[in-house]
Amino acid sequence: MTQNIDDRKSFERAKKNTRPKTNYIKNSVMAFGVGGSICLIAQLVTNMFLSWGLSESEASILVTVILVFLGSFFTGIGVYDKLGKFAGAGSIVPITGFANSIVSSAMEFKAEGPVFGVGAKMFSVAGPVIVYGVVSSWIVGLVYYLYLLIAR
Amino acid sequence: MDYLLTFIVGGIICVIAQIIMDSRKLVSGEILVIYITAGVILSALGIYEYVVQIGGCGATVPLTGFGYSLVKGTIRAVNEFGLIGVFTGGLTATSAGICAAIVFGYLMSLIGKAKTKY
Repeated sequence: MTQNIDDRKSFERAKKNTRPKTNYIKNSVMAFGVGGSICLIAQLVTNMFLSWGLSESEASILVTVILVFLGSFFTGIGVYDKLGKFAGAGSIVPITGFANSIVSSAMEFKAEGPVFGVGAKMFSVAGPVIVYGVVSSWIVGLVYYLYLLIAR
Repeated sequence: MDYLLTFIVGGIICVIAQIIMDSRKLVSGEILVIYITAGVILSALGIYEYVVQIGGCGATVPLTGFGYSLVKGTIRAVNEFGLIGVFTGGLTATSAGICAAIVFGYLMSLIGKAKTKY
């Protein structure tokens, strides 16, 4: 028994010493640069569409679709995950990262078949995002609706 | 100047996510859920509107912007259709992004082979 406790203690010590230290500054700089650049590209394309005479909502829908396409495409050819290794949140948080989460989970579970592999597992990250987004915005909408009823 | 602000606002939003992930040891799915919920709450309080005015795509492209679209669409639909709008507004406003993500996600996963474990 004492042997076990000693083993566990030395294991905890070894774990603490060998765990890689998180480099906050380096990670943050990479996230800032990559995340900012993705937003910058989106802004350039938006302004291009606006200069072509598209409305603001048309431009933002088209840009979203293009970003989702690019995120999916670069994940499919294996480039996006390489970017993610050093960009961290800079590649996860933009909408391209949302697309990346769908494609990479779908690819990973391809072997489990088209229905319960690709079809189901593609939402293993995107599903929760949509659930929490829809539920919370539904609550906001309901509160706003009730507020309008009372205010009238 | 416009572009500089986009870069800075988008960058700062990503850095906040990076710091939360590093300090709390979160994986990507958790930070995405936190971000969309934060986007919804900040938009409901009217704060995120200012961030969008300053940062443009720097505020709308990160997932908090997805929450912003959900709320903006819901509010617009409630003004227009009342109670029905509570149910239709959010997904109507974000339908293009969700549809694109499902269609392109499915097609690209057929082409690609998993090389790295996610």
